[in-house]
Amino acid sequence: MIEHSRTGPVLRHAVLIGFALIVLFPFVWIVMASFKTQIALLMGQWRFAPTLFSYDSVINGKTSDFVTNFKNSSIIAIASTTIVLSVATLAAFSLYRLQWADWVLRVLLAWSVIFHMVPPITLAGAWYTMFRSVGLDNTYAGIILAHTTINLPMALWMMGVFIRDVPKELVEAAQIDGARTPKVLRYVVIPIVRPGLAATGILCFIFSWNEFPVALTLSQRATATVPLGIGKYAQENTIAYTEMAAASTLSIIPAFILLIVAQRFIVRGLTSGAVK
Amino acid sequence: MKSDTFWRYATLAPAVILFVLLTILPLFNLLALSFHDVEWLNREAVWEWVGGRNYAKLPEDTLFNAGILNTIIFAVLAVAFQMVLGFWLALMTTRVTRLRVFYRAVFILPILVPGIIIGAIWKLMYSYDFGVINQAVVLFGGNPVDWLGNPRLALMSVIIVDVWHWTPFCFLLMLASLESLPQDIFEAAEIDGASKGQVLRYIILPLMMPAIIVTFIFRMILAFKVFDEIYLLTGGGPGTSTEVISFTIYRRFFTEDQSGYGSAMSLATIAVIATMIILASRFATKKGPDA
Repeated sequence: MIEHSRTGPVLRHAVLIGFALIVLFPFVWIVMASFKTQIALLMGQWRFAPTLFSYDSVINGKTSDFVTNFKNSSIIAIASTTIVLSVATLAAFSLYRLQWADWVLRVLLAWSVIFHMVPPITLAGAWYTMFRSVGLDNTYAGIILAHTTINLPMALWMMGVFIRDVPKELVEAAQIDGARTPKVLRYVVIPIVRPGLAATGILCFIFSWNEFPVALTLSQRATATVPLGIGKYAQENTIAYTEMAAASTLSIIPAFILLIVAQRFIVRGLTSGAVK
Repeated sequence: MKSDTFWRYATLAPAVILFVLLTILPLFNLLALSFHDVEWLNREAVWEWVGGRNYAKLPEDTLFNAGILNTIIFAVLAVAFQMVLGFWLALMTTRVTRLRVFYRAVFILPILVPGIIIGAIWKLMYSYDFGVINQAVVLFGGNPVDWLGNPRLALMSVIIVDVWHWTPFCFLLMLASLESLPQDIFEAAEIDGASKGQVLRYIILPLMMPAIIVTFIFRMILAFKVFDEIYLLTGGGPGTSTEVISFTIYRRFFTEDQSGYGSAMSLATIAVIATMIILASRFATKKGPDA
């Protein structure tokens, strides 16, 4: 027993529950706000007659782009996650199992670390100029490419960690048996790293879904993502508070579902790759 | 294995191409832009050579200076609070086994939610007129506080949001590290009559140093990128009191359409961050062996 945990189990749970309540409270409050009328919110009422008015105007409102935003975010997050998983898995396999010189590995990893540390907004200007000159501005392709690049360093490290767990002997045995790289990947590597793919994929999906500054700079109304839709509420002169609350509540749902169905993959991802 | 040479290159190529096209090429693009003033006529970019003028403007740009300073204050204070709080909470609660999955889910939730929504939630909670925080202040007999509108409070209010956002994550990492420490050392220390403070100072802290450093670096990197929450909470204001560097770049490059100047600012920011990374890693390797 660690000395400091001599505090009784009751106190420990009390601390944890207090902490959990502080973490949860803002979410509960925003969900409540989303069911209030504007007046009930402005009056600060705790007892109120719940209404679906805000949800109705967020989803069906003529001036609301929320449904389009949701569709855009889904397309961009799914596409960029698929691409970054493929690229990172191939590269990690190549780097750790296909006898590259040491400097190749070092240069690539060092570069991905440096790129990861730089705020993406510093490159967004160049992306914007480049995309605009080749006609990729305000397209899905541009944002998908940007999100793929932003997530590539993390995906590369995580898949690197998982691919190093694949026994070298297994890969070599398959190669001696005459299997070429696509077959080795398909029948030896992928089945073993599947949990790692899930962990990496979920994090890439969430980070793409959440990403704001780059999407802000590379898209206009037609390709705007969910975070942009939320950001727009705050920019207006008279903020539609309850609608902002309803849109926020709806936007948390994907994260919430993933947290419930895939918590172990998220934990594995956060502890094995993202931080190591 | 000669036939596999093709696949060796083919498997690595996509990643290399992505990095070259979308990270290295843009750097050169920024470099070229930074020596020009650029205007868009229809879809045609018109470049005008201005030499080093964009760089010369940087030191006098009050927004840029405020951005750098506020980013550093924000990152240092927010991360320090998160680390200390997370560490303390971890010490308080090791070895809790019941409800583990529930607690973990709750503490992961904030980092899965888009930063912009964290901003939206807190903007409502901070509201001067109807926010729950001022409701509480009034309930305890105080006067309503203009959390986001008062230039002297705004940065602190933003830091509070970040501390709320990321303390759970620091806590989870600290807890994982604390629980992986070998138990016999603690028993030995107890037999030798070490006090709680001594155990913390001479056993727990040194053993946890690698995890502490990793968490610290991970958080600092993210803190320097801060944008979303501030975009929604304050938009950099009031005045320049919450202006952070990512925001300044966004403003100059996109809102004001100063591509050349924005590029110079981007490169200057990258240079500052690169210098800090080099200094920090020097410091870490120097301190490393005895830490």
